Amino acid sequence: MSQLSERPVEAVVGLPLPHESAALHVTGEALYTDDLVVRTRDVLHAWPVQSPYAHARIVDLQVKPAYDVPGVVRVLTSDDVPGVNDAGVKHDEPLFPDAEVMFHGHAICWVLGETLEAARLGAEAVQVEYEPLPSLVSVREAIAAGNFQGTGRHLERGDVETALTTAAHVFQGEFEFAGQEHFYLETHVALALVDEGGQIFVQSSSQHPSETQEIVAHVLGVASHAVTVQCLRMGGGFGGKEMQPHGFAAIAALGATLTGRPVRLRLNRTQDVTMSGKRHGFHSQWRAGFDDDGRLVALEATLTADGGWSLDLSEPVLARAMCHIDNAYWIPNVRVDGRIAKTNKTSQTAFRGFGGPQGMLVIENVLGRCAPLLGYDAMELRRRNLYQPGHTTPYGQPVRHAERLEACWSEVVRGGEVERRQAEIEQFNAIHPNTKRGLAMTPVKFGISFNLTAFNQAGALVHVYKDGSVLINHGGTEMGQGLHTKMLQVAATTLGVPLERVRLAPTRTDKVPNTSATAASSGADLNGAAIKNACEQIRERLAQVAGSRLGLHAHDVRFADGMVRGLQGGSLSWDDVVLAAYFQRVQLWAAGFYRTEGLHWDANAMQGEPFKYFAYGVAAAEVEVDGFTGAYTLRRVDIVHDVGDSLSPLIDLGQIEGGFVQGTGWLTLEDLRWDESDGPHRGRLATQAASTYKLPSFSEMPQVFNVHLLDKAHEDGAVYGSKAVGEPPLMLAFSVREALRQAAAAFGPVGTSVDLPSPATPEAVYWALDEARSAAPVPSSFSLSGV
Amino acid sequence: MDNALPAASAPAAVDLAFTVNGSPAKVAVDPRESLLDVLRERLDLTGTKKGCDHGQCGACTVHVDGRRVVSCLTAAVQVDGRAVTTIEGVEGPDGELHPLQQAFIDHDALQCGYCTPGQVMSGLACMAEGHTRDDAEIREYMSGNLCRCGAYAGIVAAIRETARRTGH
Ligand code: FES
Ligand code: FES
Repeated sequence: MSQLSERPVEAVVGLPLPHESAALHVTGEALYTDDLVVRTRDVLHAWPVQSPYAHARIVDLQVKPAYDVPGVVRVLTSDDVPGVNDAGVKHDEPLFPDAEVMFHGHAICWVLGETLEAARLGAEAVQVEYEPLPSLVSVREAIAAGNFQGTGRHLERGDVETALTTAAHVFQGEFEFAGQEHFYLETHVALALVDEGGQIFVQSSSQHPSETQEIVAHVLGVASHAVTVQCLRMGGGFGGKEMQPHGFAAIAALGATLTGRPVRLRLNRTQDVTMSGKRHGFHSQWRAGFDDDGRLVALEATLTADGGWSLDLSEPVLARAMCHIDNAYWIPNVRVDGRIAKTNKTSQTAFRGFGGPQGMLVIENVLGRCAPLLGYDAMELRRRNLYQPGHTTPYGQPVRHAERLEACWSEVVRGGEVERRQAEIEQFNAIHPNTKRGLAMTPVKFGISFNLTAFNQAGALVHVYKDGSVLINHGGTEMGQGLHTKMLQVAATTLGVPLERVRLAPTRTDKVPNTSATAASSGADLNGAAIKNACEQIRERLAQVAGSRLGLHAHDVRFADGMVRGLQGGSLSWDDVVLAAYFQRVQLWAAGFYRTEGLHWDANAMQGEPFKYFAYGVAAAEVEVDGFTGAYTLRRVDIVHDVGDSLSPLIDLGQIEGGFVQGTGWLTLEDLRWDESDGPHRGRLATQAASTYKLPSFSEMPQVFNVHLLDKAHEDGAVYGSKAVGEPPLMLAFSVREALRQAAAAFGPVGTSVDLPSPATPEAVYWALDEARSAAPVPSSFSLSGV
Repeated sequence: MDNALPAASAPAAVDLAFTVNGSPAKVAVDPRESLLDVLRERLDLTGTKKGCDHGQCGACTVHVDGRRVVSCLTAAVQVDGRAVTTIEGVEGPDGELHPLQQAFIDHDALQCGYCTPGQVMSGLACMAEGHTRDDAEIREYMSGNLCRCGAYAGIVAAIRETARRTGH
């Protein structure tokens, strides 16, 4: 057990506590950025002028007519930018596009008004003359045109060519799958004002306040210290507020500097959906070889991420996709090429899993399609290919704790009564020609840490006041994942005080600088270790004070439950020790810092150990499919997931359930459709609202939903033995997709391999089962369709 | 953009008088203003949230004369002379939580909390309507309230338990 992971006996971490803001949420008192507007005077409101073309040259822009609209105060255009006209870090994303619009909905300029209505009418009055240009909307069009952006990547191990030549069975196919709209319930919002001396203060719904600060500063042409960004909390982020808030915050800040008045930029849902980036859809082409025992011997794949109009985070998303194409399976010979298509769509971005789900979906699709052709039950095929201790990933990282895959798997089989239910399903299917059931199990292995080593650092600030109360601050943001709850628990544990003595202050860039995004599931790992570090500094100083009072060595006192006790007897209250320390002029606050040790990554060679550890999990899902409509129900889900020694079990269970639900949405319901026709609306997102973009609701919940944390799962490399939990559970939803595939296959003869689109909507399932139903008995030698 | 509304000159303001959480409110509104905007932007009642403004997410759910409505699709002028209850009016007279609020906390029925005020208002209505016989019925009558964080299991558990304990 490492010093970082060792947990004291009376720890506050590990207790099943409610979310720290729960009481504020259920009473409506919790404040989000837009709730601050009514507390701010003289606020101006912003409305964008959006492009009606997927790709066009801006011939002429006339903003004068807007000023004739009553209540319009200012129109912001590229001419107003004192610094760099760029909303990103790659300098390929002009904040105000002054020559060319790159997607349908692209904002050209912004109108500020006394009311939102005035701003809207002002935006209507702005005159833009466009010259439409040819556009590439689908990833296939971009591939055909050879239109790529950023750096392509190559990952290789072993000798794929020889392995595929000598493999007993080789299959190949092509698989394109959709992205996903974040649909965080709180849309993007920023509220900016100018303080004394030109200091800019931006409240932003941002997962990455430090980068929001950086971009606001470069747009305004000022140094970072002139900009403060605060995020109280977000109404959901899911990765969609990692890069995307920056430009909106910069517009608000620019407006505030130019007008001297506070500016509120809050997107309505239509604007949010049409302007902000989404999960990348991918195109994949693959060849896979198996031996006679169903073991994977080689995988060759080309992944093309649909990046949209600019790079944003597409390069690291692609890298993570490539690093997760193995999911939980040992594949001795691997060759993966990755590239990023440039299309006239929103700039696709981070979304829970950050490419990992897309890479893993490729191999799960391969196994799901090949199992019947190899004559294996898919469950058996997956299990026999699981990583075993001693294996390494294609990028050369040992798969530490690989045995936990098998542990999760067997626990799901046992707890989920999988064998009994398989037999029942077989009987059910035999007597129900028009309704079929399927039960699938899929594993998850997900690497934890930012792929880019430099991002794996964090800071914290801990104050102990004279009365013994504690205030903590850290660089992570709260978006519902329970990070703040965990951080309070970590501080209370390290200082040995009751939880109610610790309070947490909002995330601000003037408290903790140069923070990383709250992303990559690593918020608790990084910030928790930084808080622990700060608290330990204070505790060590207080131990000196307490030790001398008790006549003991500082090593021989322990802090727990608001008391400081000597190992040989004697005790003092926390409050007394703190006050005594103050009068002895002992520093009662500390800045904490943490950087994850042992990481290294060669991004060009795609080799190294980019991850501190892997998070594991296994899910079993059972579905029932109607043969007349393709409609299905999720009958039962059983999950066992590895969160290490949980910091906060109630929070972790919520993350697992919520991640699973969101993953199920991505894979089965959420159908993003862009107009790919040559009509007048080419490039327009056709699914702009919850009416046409189906999100998981109460109705799609599994009828039985059992979630368990893996026992005895201490993680040596992380704070108090815990593991990250934000992203990995999303991928447990592969089990639902695979169960649907199996149910659809059950409509056909034994050995039917079903090609299932993603998302597997009822319509898609219907066509898949209809094809299975009309399939002839399967021949012994075979090449997959769609090649 | 093709989804922007046509330009229109502002119609004359309308005087509106209604009760919010037991207290009288008087406000001059644009007849096109939604109850949601009036609550949030004019009466400083920001507990009610805007998720979609299209009646599709339930985040803005409030009660009008005891019945639930999505306040984004309710014109403010429609509540003239009526009684509106928002999330701020659910606590007891001494600030004690309603049992359903407490159950949301106990069952971890929230993550980001943005949908929570709407879920609580819908959950209260669900109980009052007697639509809490079993989980399936709760799901059915809560299905207008989205939770993107996916806290559905906890929400159903909170409503089920409160309904049972309070005899609904
Ligand atoms: S904001 Fe009213 S239903 Fe979504
Ligand atoms: S708790 Fe985030 S949307 Fe429900």
